[in-house]
Order: sequence, then C-alpha cells, then structure tokens
Amino acid sequence: MLDGALLAGQVFNGFSVASLFVLAALGLALSFGLMRVINMAHGEMLMLGGYLAYLTYLIVPGPLAILVAMPVAFLGAALLGGILEITVIRKLSARPLDTLLATWGVSLILQQGARSIFGPIGVGVTAPDWLNTGFTLAGVYFPSTRIFILAVAVIVLVALGLLIARTRLGLLVRAVNQDRMMAAASGINVRRVDLAVFCLGTGIAGLAGVVLSLLGPVTPSVGQSYIIPAFLVVVMGGLGSMVGTTIAAIILGLVSALSQIFVDVSMSQVLMLLAVILFLQFRPQGVIATRSRALED
Amino acid sequence: MTKSSPFRHAWILVLIVAVLAPMLVSSYNLNLLGRFLSMAILAVGIVLIWGEAGILTLGQGVFFGLGGYSIAMYLKLSTLPEGSLPDFMEWSGVMALPWFWWPFKSGLLALLAIILVPAVFAGIFAWAMFRRRIAGVYFALITQAVALTFATLLTSQQSTTGGYNGLTGFTEAFGMPLGTDQANRTLYWITLAVLVAVFAGSKWLMATRYGTLLRATRDGENRVRFLGYNTTPYKVVAFMLAAVFASLGGALFTLHAGVVSPAFVGVVPSIEMIVWVAVGGRKSLWGAVAGALIVNFAKDIISSALPEAWLYVLGLIFILVVTYLPNGLAGLVEDLLAKSRRPAAPEGALVEEGK
Repeated sequence: MLDGALLAGQVFNGFSVASLFVLAALGLALSFGLMRVINMAHGEMLMLGGYLAYLTYLIVPGPLAILVAMPVAFLGAALLGGILEITVIRKLSARPLDTLLATWGVSLILQQGARSIFGPIGVGVTAPDWLNTGFTLAGVYFPSTRIFILAVAVIVLVALGLLIARTRLGLLVRAVNQDRMMAAASGINVRRVDLAVFCLGTGIAGLAGVVLSLLGPVTPSVGQSYIIPAFLVVVMGGLGSMVGTTIAAIILGLVSALSQIFVDVSMSQVLMLLAVILFLQFRPQGVIATRSRALED
Repeated sequence: MTKSSPFRHAWILVLIVAVLAPMLVSSYNLNLLGRFLSMAILAVGIVLIWGEAGILTLGQGVFFGLGGYSIAMYLKLSTLPEGSLPDFMEWSGVMALPWFWWPFKSGLLALLAIILVPAVFAGIFAWAMFRRRIAGVYFALITQAVALTFATLLTSQQSTTGGYNGLTGFTEAFGMPLGTDQANRTLYWITLAVLVAVFAGSKWLMATRYGTLLRATRDGENRVRFLGYNTTPYKVVAFMLAAVFASLGGALFTLHAGVVSPAFVGVVPSIEMIVWVAVGGRKSLWGAVAGALIVNFAKDIISSALPEAWLYVLGLIFILVVTYLPNGLAGLVEDLLAKSRRPAAPEGALVEEGK
C-alpha cells in the first residue's frame, strides 16, 4: 500500500499545500508580529484576489492574463487592507481581542458583498494552457499548477526577506518590531509603518487568491477554507516570525498531505489540530521564540 | 457595579412576566422564546469565561453541539423498536449501533453525558492550553479551529452522525410526546428554571473569592502569580463551567427546535454566540441574557423580511459594538444610570490596563 511513488507524491503535495499556507499566513504573521492583532478578514483578501483574477481574465484574455492578474490582485487587496487598517484596526490598536472580533464583522460583510455581486455559486477561472500540463518523474506526476504555486511562494518569501533585510522600509519594520516605543521616540512614524506592513500583508493575500483560483472555483467563502489552517500556522510559527511561519506551514502541510494516505480529509483536519496542540505542549512560544526578558510582551 | 434604587427590584417583575409568558404570547413566539432562553444559558457561560476571566473563546458551538447531540441521540434511540437502528443509519447501510451511541439508550446516562462530556473535554483541553500559558489571540484561534474541526467531523461521518442534516424527527422525550402545547409549556418552564439557576449560581460564584481571583487574573495574571496563586485551575474551571452551560443550552435548544445539526456548532455560529454577549455586555449577566434575546429576535425578524440583509446587519452591529460600546448595552445602561444619579460628580474611571 505504501509504495515510494505514493509517498513521494504526497510529500510533494504536502509542500504544495504548505506553499498555500505560507501565502495565506504571511500577511497575518507580519501584522501579528508588528501590531499583535489578527485580521479575521484576511481570508476575504484571498477571496478578493480570486475575484480580481476573474475580472482581469474577462478584460485581458490570453495566456499571460495570470501575470496581469497578480499585480492587480496585489494592489486591490493592499488598497482594501489600507482602508481596513485606517477605519477599524487603528481605532482598536490597544485591544487585540476586540480587533479580532471587529474584523470578523468586516469579513462577514465582505463575504455577503461578494455573494450579492457575484452570486453564491462562485466563478471559475481557467488556468492558461501553459499551466495545464505536467510531467512524470520516477512514477510521480507533477502538475504544473502545483509547481507554479510553489514557485510563487518561494519568490514571495525571498522578495519579502530581501525587503525586510535590505530596504529602508524593512529597517523601520525591524525597528518597530523590536521596540515600538523606542522606535517612535527616535522619530519613526510607527503608525505609517503599521499601515505599510498591513497593506503589504493583505496584498500578499490577494496574490494568494490568484493562485487559489487556479485550483478551484472562486466562491464567497473560498477564504474561509484556507484561513483557519493559516491561523494555526501563525499560532505555531511564533510571534509573526517569517522563518517560523514558513517552517510551521511546511510541518502542517506535510501532516495534512501525509495523513491523507491513511485517513479521509476530515480526520486529517483533526490530526492537524492535534499536531498543533501537541506541538504547543512542548514549545508554547512557537517554532521561533523571540528571546526576551520582558515578562509580558 | 452599583445598582440604582428604582431598578433594584425590577428583576422580580421580569421574572414574573417570564413565568407567565406561556399565557401571554402565541405558541410560535413561545417556541422562539424557549429557543432563545436556551441560548441565553450559553451566553451566561460566555460572561464567565470572556467577561470575568478575559478569555475569548470562539468554540462555544462545540459544547452547544455536545449537549444537543447527546439529547438528540437519546431521543432517536428511545422511540426505536427493539433491535432496529435510527433511520439514517439504515439508509447508509450501518449494521450495528456505533459504540458512542450505546450509552444514549439510557435517558439517565444521556442527561449525565450532557454535563460530563463537555466538562471532561473542556477540562482536558483548557488544562493543556492554560498550563502552557497559551492565552489571548492564540487561544481564541485554537478554539476556532476546534469548532471547525468538530463541525467538519460531524458533517463527514454521515452514516453515524446524520451528517449535514443532523438529527431530527423526535416524537417524544422521557415519555412525554413532543410538539403539543402542554409539552411546549413544560419545556419552556424547564428552560426558564435552568436559566434562573445558572444565572443565580454564576452571580453567587462571581461574588465569592473565586470570582475575585478570576477577575484579578483577567486584569493582571502575573501579579496574581506573584501573590502565590497558580492561575491555571481558576481559568480551567471557568472554561469548564462555560462549556457545561453551553451544553445545557444546546440540549434544551435541541428539544425546542426539534433538530440539531452541524449548522449550529461550526465557526460562524460560535462567533455569533460571542456577538450576543458583545451586544448585551460581556461583563454583565443580565446584559448577556438580554443580548441573546435581542440579537436572536432581531435575526428572526430581519432574516425573514430581508434574508440578504441579515449578515450585513450582523457584521455592522459587531463592528460598531466592539469599537464604540465595548461593554455593550449593559455598559451603556449603567453609564446612563450613573449619570442620572450624580450629574456633576465625575466617575472615577479606572484606567484599563493595556495588554
């Protein structure tokens, strides 16, 4: 039953699932690390990205439409994220749990909005021909959509890493991350850094939405099916660390894919949750713990 | 939490009206009221865990479901002829009763299960979490994942749980035929009695030393630890109580509604439960009860008139209440009362500790 090709195929699937988790969770982790808030409407940024991809396909058909759709979805989701940050999240900055609840209200409105505009059924985005192929290596089939998703995740991770490590914005982000008060005292406009990071995070979610649209129809609730695993990734990753988020996504992606060799999808969800709870018993601070002598963060 | 004198005894009037409600309203409205009072029992539990202990849980639907499914499994089995299986199991080709259905042949065990199953599950889960000091946003997100997982599991195990449609088609409970006016009234009074007991018990508990320590843990957990207390058991007990209340509410709701299904236990219903308490007032027991009734009656009216509009309204209410009225309607009423009593004297407002 457990032959090598099946195992290799599921490991590949695991990494492919992990790359979706990374794309969905990165934005959450970024703003969680910086502001300690969780945006429950993050899943709807995925949804928005999916619908923007659908609209872009209508306007510019052709094999390269997806390459147009990605920046469109990034900008659209970043813009909506900016509006959300200014109108709701900023007002609640000292109350993380209330931010979570208020953004859930936003998520509900956005979902219902999509239902009113595009209908409850969902719209299909057809992948271009160059993504409809695949190849077989050592008995394992590699569909090119999955490879594309993996590539997008790696590119986003590298780009984000460079942005944080090499640019002036990244410097400011690291400063605010380390010590918000000190950063503010030395003249950094921390509110603007918050806003920039939040927009960046929702933009990445928009990008993830385009990628998701290659895998299935875009429905008003498409974000919901990815966002809860993404939350688990953030919890397991540890205080918004990029490396932690990536490692947590890979662990959970592999748990999800490998357990599906033995059990059905719903049981694999149970196992994923148990894996997180068990993991937190040993490392409650997550994969990457920030070293700190502060009693409360 | 001072009370103004003109309203000190208002609760007696409210209770009298509530007891006489079966004579005052139509049987349709009585059924609704019974359902919503069941939900209010759950809301009281949310005040304990969220208002008093400061722990946001997005998984109360799980415990609501445990109570609901416990009673529903008993109701399914109690009217079956000897040797046959519930209808949906026969359709799915299940040959023998699954093991987790066995205890529910007995009404007594089913009633015990309504209390014990959520208490044990909540106890183990909360102990595992709070022991490792997992709190705040982390805890909320994990409880939400539990709600999602529970609902998915119920839906996917069609042949043993009734799947998406859940369990329904109950004819009698403990020898009493369901659906008659007499049964509805009895059920209503039982629900009211449980709510009053849960309410009074919570009020008493929060006035004890336990309540004080729970609030102290909410406001400054590390300070309580430095005073030599282990805060974990206090929080675990609060979570267990909230779970048991949710389960009682779920069981009574199932009797009133005649159905339990994954639609009542998943992520969205679990957050809706938080909405009731947010609207009513997370730190006020009567506020939570009022919130459960107001939000649910509003839902009933709006979603039957304009089905599209309800989710917009719900989302908007939530954003506005959380942003501008963190203590809900109860907080608003208390502020107004305090103002009307002492118009000039500024209230010594406590500065909330930013966490």
